[in-house]
Formats: sequence, structure tokens, C-alpha cells
Amino acid sequence: MVVQHAEHAHEHGGHAQQSWFRTYMLSTDHKIICFQYMFTGMALALVAGFFSYVFRMQMAFPGMNVPGWGLVTPADYNMLVTNHGAIMIFWVAMPVLIAAFGNYLIPLMIGADDMVFPRINRLSYQIFLLSVVVLFVSFFVDGGGFAGAWTMYPPLMAKAEYSLTGTGSSVFLLAVALEFVAFLLGGINFVTTAMNARAPGMKLYDIPIVVWMIVIASILFMASVGPLIAGAIMMLFDQQLGTAFFDPNRGGDPILWQHLFWFFGHPEVYVVLLPAIGITAEIITVFSRKKLFAYKTVLNTAIGTGVLSFTVWAHHQFVAGIDPRMANIFTVTTLIISIPIAEMMFVYIATLYGGSITLATPMLWALGFIATFLIGGVTGIFLGASGADIYLHDTYFVLAHFHYTFFPIAIIGTYAGVTYWFPKMFGKMMNDTLGKVHFWGTFIGFNCIFIPLFFTGMLGDHRRIFDYTNFPELSTPMLEGLRAFATISLLVMLGFQLVFIYNFVTSLLWGPKAELNPWRANTLEWTAASPPPHGNWAVLPTVHRGPYEYSVPDRKEDFWPQNAPS
Amino acid sequence: MADHASHDHDHGAGDAHAEHTHHPNYVRIWAVLLVLLVVSVLGPMVGIKAVTLITAFGIAIVKAYLVAKNFMHLDLAPKLVAYIVVTMVVFMVLFFAGAAPDVMESHGSNWEKPSWVAGTVHAPEPGGAHEEHH
Amino acid sequence: MSAASTRPIATTRSTTGMPTGRLAVWWIIASEIVIFGGLLGSYVMHRLAHDAFAAAAAHTNTWIGAFNTFVLLTSSLFAVLAHKAAEEHDGKKAARFLVYTMAGGITFLVVKAFEWTHEIQLGYTISSNTFWSFYYTAAGIHAAHVLAGVIIMGIIALEARKNLELQRVELIGLYWHFVDVVWIFLFPLLYIAK
Repeated sequence: MVVQHAEHAHEHGGHAQQSWFRTYMLSTDHKIICFQYMFTGMALALVAGFFSYVFRMQMAFPGMNVPGWGLVTPADYNMLVTNHGAIMIFWVAMPVLIAAFGNYLIPLMIGADDMVFPRINRLSYQIFLLSVVVLFVSFFVDGGGFAGAWTMYPPLMAKAEYSLTGTGSSVFLLAVALEFVAFLLGGINFVTTAMNARAPGMKLYDIPIVVWMIVIASILFMASVGPLIAGAIMMLFDQQLGTAFFDPNRGGDPILWQHLFWFFGHPEVYVVLLPAIGITAEIITVFSRKKLFAYKTVLNTAIGTGVLSFTVWAHHQFVAGIDPRMANIFTVTTLIISIPIAEMMFVYIATLYGGSITLATPMLWALGFIATFLIGGVTGIFLGASGADIYLHDTYFVLAHFHYTFFPIAIIGTYAGVTYWFPKMFGKMMNDTLGKVHFWGTFIGFNCIFIPLFFTGMLGDHRRIFDYTNFPELSTPMLEGLRAFATISLLVMLGFQLVFIYNFVTSLLWGPKAELNPWRANTLEWTAASPPPHGNWAVLPTVHRGPYEYSVPDRKEDFWPQNAPS
Repeated sequence: MADHASHDHDHGAGDAHAEHTHHPNYVRIWAVLLVLLVVSVLGPMVGIKAVTLITAFGIAIVKAYLVAKNFMHLDLAPKLVAYIVVTMVVFMVLFFAGAAPDVMESHGSNWEKPSWVAGTVHAPEPGGAHEEHH
Repeated sequence: MSAASTRPIATTRSTTGMPTGRLAVWWIIASEIVIFGGLLGSYVMHRLAHDAFAAAAAHTNTWIGAFNTFVLLTSSLFAVLAHKAAEEHDGKKAARFLVYTMAGGITFLVVKAFEWTHEIQLGYTISSNTFWSFYYTAAGIHAAHVLAGVIIMGIIALEARKNLELQRVELIGLYWHFVDVVWIFLFPLLYIAK
């Protein structure tokens, strides 16, 4: 039976020569689909990053002619801020962390030759690409792109006479809806593959943490997005068909939208967090040559966080006019949810403790993730307490908090994963020196942008303000100085991304050839060729142990691949 | 090609044969469902609210259970599947519990929903061309 | 064209003991439960909140709703009989039962089309008031699922008739039963509770 299957795989390896278009654009191979998602996501990160450059220039130097954009009008500003947020979450973090890494890693790490539904996999990317196109269309329709914040609250979102972007609002909503469909399809693929297509011998606790995390994230997404899909349809009808689901003058309720949105919106942040935490786990074990301190604890806290994430959502609505008794309940649940995540961080620190640490570029990113996410998590506690939130809501304190969580997740987590798996994905090694330069420039730059913003927030800077000169009490030299410092740090940090792009491209084209297992890691993907062929292995592997058997006493090597017989 | 089809077939049907050695009488289940439907339609005619609620929603739950157990074979699937379904329903109850206190309230200390308070949500008069927007 | 020749080994594995297709359809059903759950939960909140909403519901036609319930229940019967035939490797019989199921779905949609036309002519449109907004939206999303189900069922029936991909008969049947269950709850919510 095994021999029959082995030959079976080999047959597929020998496909007739296909055109470039069929190979790369219409492929059903999970690795190609990963690259499609990854490069699309990275391209959109450039777009959203450019938007942040434009609006931060306006904030620091109001009224200036921003190079590459021109004068920033209030409408421009709102559109830039809205789309920066929406793009970063829906079209950068999710495609790169879940769709790209999930697609690449799940089959390879569980010893399968592809996803269980390769054609649905391809379809999911095609729908995702369509959502990108629709999003771009929204920028060019009459009235311009939607500008009512990524949270899309009614009545601003529902009524064209308020938003002034009647068409853009609906087109934006359509883009988001398509993106949801793409990820529902993809998620089902990931979960079913991980549940059913594991290599012989791979029991539940032999699955690498990153695979668990991506699967749990996919389940969280599937379980939470439903009400928002319903809400999006209701919002579209309010916009286009004259219904009044969210209009209190005609029998609706705007708070209903908020609940529908945040019931998804909060689990969503854990949807993107878990893959980044998973990537970190893989890297810290390899680069400290140490077993993960408590595998089952990490797993259980991830599941616990997932479940709890459904009980905290209204902390985004503390000052929206919700029942204060509900605010009490949500404060308690929000503070509780910090515990499992903190536990995970402790486990990671315990994993590092006493390890034989190598500070290669991927490890720097993983450590950088832990350091910055800790700050993000701790500052969330202030916001989770409804009393403190009354003051801090809608200030830059909130903004700094969620950038101290999202940036580690979406940017640091991505760089960690890319620098770590680059050799496997592309068969070449990245330049480690350039990698370190890029890391420090990004890491220091990031902190210099957002630490000042905690302070401007506490001092009273509201969010989503186009020009602070309208607020004399916020136009003090200190506040203006802090805002300018943050903006200049952003320019420096953006500049350092050129180092990464240069490193990526030159390594891809001319980098030294990568061996099979340059990091001497245990997990199954490192036993496939660099890069793996179609079908991944000629003979699919069998698993004999867990993924974190590093520095096992009495063994010659300090690592012990999962598929090695003994 | 044919080999593959029967190969996959065996995978699916092989498991299936082990599971479905005895099919319930599907037609009888269907007949029970129809009887329940009739009861649920007649229930409101009694005029007692409690009876209406029980026949309408109680029967809906029973019908759903019958379809899930006998047509979808939920009892034969691994228990995990039932847990997944129940968990989703629990999440929906959670959503309702979190949102209802706000959505079902017609006014707060600093706000009100005009149409809810005034009770102006009403059905249009039948027969006339109704104005779509305010 | 059968996908069997390009199917990866991964698809044939079954670590949970459950065939992959069946597992996937249950996950699809799980994600659909929260979509309909969010919508119907919102409806129930409005319904319980004030009587004016309930008064609007008096104008739906219970008999048409009941007839459509009968149609869907019967189509579910045909769907499960198709599954039984597929298990007995009788592709032609399975396809025939699938076609009966599709006929039920199409009947449902046609009846709905007439029902809505009549209601719109009476002046009850989607923007009349919030009850009718929910009514058309909920029943509309459900009808879209019925339509999608009919189309996919047709494609599967074509293959089944040639004794190909018979395991898919059960899968579309599972989806169809779920759509039926949603209607089992929609019926009392929209038509009876008045």
C-alpha cells in the first residue's frame, strides 16, 4: 500500500512541461498558492505603509505638501487612515500570517503532499485577489474610497449624505465580504488537512505548535465571522435598499452593528496573533536548541484564549452607550483573557532560559516579538478596565496599544517567519548581516514611533484628528515635538525596509544555495528538498516523535528529526 | 482512472458500510416530520401564547433533532462533530446575551431610539403604493 | 473529468476516521450556523423588544410558509434516499433521487417568488419597516443557499449518473439537510409567531 502510494506521488512529480502561466498563476500546489498570498500581502503592505507615511506627515507638519501625494485634505486623511487599518488587518496580516504560512507549512509539517482540497485552495486565492481588485476599485469610484474608519460604524457607513462616499462605502464592504469568503474556504482546507492528512505516527501532541496555532486561528475565524457577514449584508441593504437595520429613527439600532462587528473583531485579533506566536515557538526552540518548555500548556492556553476571546468583545464599546452592567462583565472577562497569553509568554521565556542561544536574524525577530508584544499586552490591561478606558478611549494610547500588538504580529512575526523559512521556500540563504541591520533599524524605529504616542495619548491627543492646530490645548511644543519625532522615526523605519527588499531580491537571485536543513531543525519540512518539488517528497515521511526533541541527553546530535527512525 | 474511482469509493463506502448497516425507515421519519408540521401550524389557532410557543419552537427543535439524527447521521459521526455544532450554537447564545441588553432597550440615560419609543414601527396599509424612503 | 487522477494522497488519508469530505462539510455547516445565528439572533432581539414588530409579522402567509416547509422536508427525504442509493453503488438511482431533491428546491424558490411578488404588490417591501427588512433578508439569504445547493447538486448528479464520485452524494445531502434545518427555524420565526 505504501509502495503503491509512493509511486503514485512520483507520477505526479513528472508532470508534462506546463506554461509559466499554468505553473504559477493557475497552480493548485500549496507552495505556489503560499507565494501568491505572500507577495500580494506584501505588496499591499507597501500600499498601507505609504498611506501611513502620508497621514503621519500631515499630522506632524499640518498643511504641508506631502511629497508623493500633495496637500492632504480632511477627506483624504480619513480615507487614508481608514484604508491603512483595513488593509493592514484584512489584506496584509491575514493573507501573510494565515493564508501564506498556513498554506506552506501545514502540508509540509504534517508530512502530506498537498492540502486535501487543492482546487478549492486555488479558488480561495482567486476570490482573495478579486477582493483586492474590488478594494482598489473603491479608490477610484465617484466620491473616492470609503473614509469612515475600518470599523465601519453606522450611520456614517450607512448613509451617503454623511459619508460622502456612497459608492465607495458599498464597494469597500463588498471587498471585505469577498475577503471573508476567501478565508472561510481556505480555513476549511487548513482545518480538514491538519485533522485528517497527517503522516502515519503523528499523534496530536506531535504536531508542531505553529500548525496547531494556524488551525485554531482558522477555527476562531470560522466561528466568529458569521455575525459580521450577516451584519455586512444588513449594512449593504441599509446603504442601497433603504432598509433601516441600523437607523434608530426607523426601528433599527446602530449599536447592533457594533456588537455584530466586534463579536468578530475581537476574536479576529487572536486569529492573527496565534500564527505569530506559533512562528515564534518554532524559532526559539531551534535557536536555543531546547525543547519547548511546556507544549501542552501552550496548546491549552491557545485553546483557552480562543474560547475566552468570544466573551470580551464589548470592551471596544465601553463608552458607546452600552448597558454599564455589561461593561462590568466585559471588564472582568477582558482582564482574565490576559492570563493565558501571559502564561504563553512565560513558557517562551522558560524555553529560552538555559538554552544555547544563537542570535541569527530569525531569532532576533522572535525575541523582538516577545519584547514588543509584552508591552502591547500590558498596555491592554489599562484599556480593559472600563473606568480607565473612559479617559483613554479614542486617544492615541489606544492606538499605541494596538500597534504594540499588531506590529509584532503582522510585521515582526512575518519577518521572523520569512527569514526562518526563506532557505526552504527558495533554496537560497538570506544575508544574515543585512538581516540584522534591517532588524535593528525596524525594531528601534518602531519603538521610536509608538512610545511617544502612548504619552501624547495620555496627554489628550484624540484619534482620527486631521489637524491638531484646531485644538490649541493639543498644540503645545511638547506634543508637536512628540508627533514630529514619531513621524521622523516612521520615515527612518520605512527606509530600513529597503534593506529587506534588497536582501530578499538579491538572495533570491544570487544568494548562496541552501542545504536541506541549514538550521538543524526537527520538523518535517526540513527533510524535503530546498525548495520542495511538487508533491513535496518522493516517499512521504513517517513520524516517530514530537517536534521539539533538541539537546536530548546521550545523543550525538543536539537535534532529533521527527521522521528519523531512531 | 476507473481504478481510482473505485479506490476512493472503497474508502468512502467502506467506512459507510460499517456505519450504516441499518438505515432507519426514512419514509417513516418523514411522515413524523409532516405530522409535527401540521401540529405546529394548528397550535397558534388554539390562541394560548404558551401553546403557540411550544408548538412553534419546541416542535422546530424536535424536527431539527430528527433531521440531524436520522438524515444527517449526526449520531454516527465522531462525537467531535456534535461538539463543534453545539459550540457554535453556544456562541450564538453568547452573542445574543451580550447584544440584547443594548438592542432591546429603547432608551438610556442620554439617548433614545425615537421610533422605538413612539411605537411608530408599523405595517404599511395594504393595497397602496408605499413610499420607500421616509 | 474525474479529479481522482490528480487528487493528492493527503485527500485520501483519514486520521480522524472520518472521510475528509464529510469532515469538511460539517465545518462548512458550523460556519453557516454562526452566519444564520447572527442574523436570526438580531431578528429575535427586535421581535422580543416590542409588539409593533410582532404586529407587522401578522401579514405573512402561514399556509404558503407551511407548504414550503413541506416541500423542503420532502426534498430532504429524497436527498437521504439518494445517499442510501449511492451507498449501494447505484449511481443512476442516486442521481434520480437527487433530481427529485432539486425539483423540491426549485419548487420552493418558485413558490417564494410568487409569495414575494404578491407581498410587494401589497406594499410590503424590504424597506417598509424593520420586520419586513429582516423577513426578506433572512429568507433571501436562505433562498440563495437553496439556489446554490440546487446548482451544486445538479453537477454532482451528472457525475453520479455515471457512477463517478458517489461519495459526494452524501456531502451535498448533508448541506441540503442543513438548509432544511435553517428553514425549520425560519418558518416559526417568520410565519407562526404572531
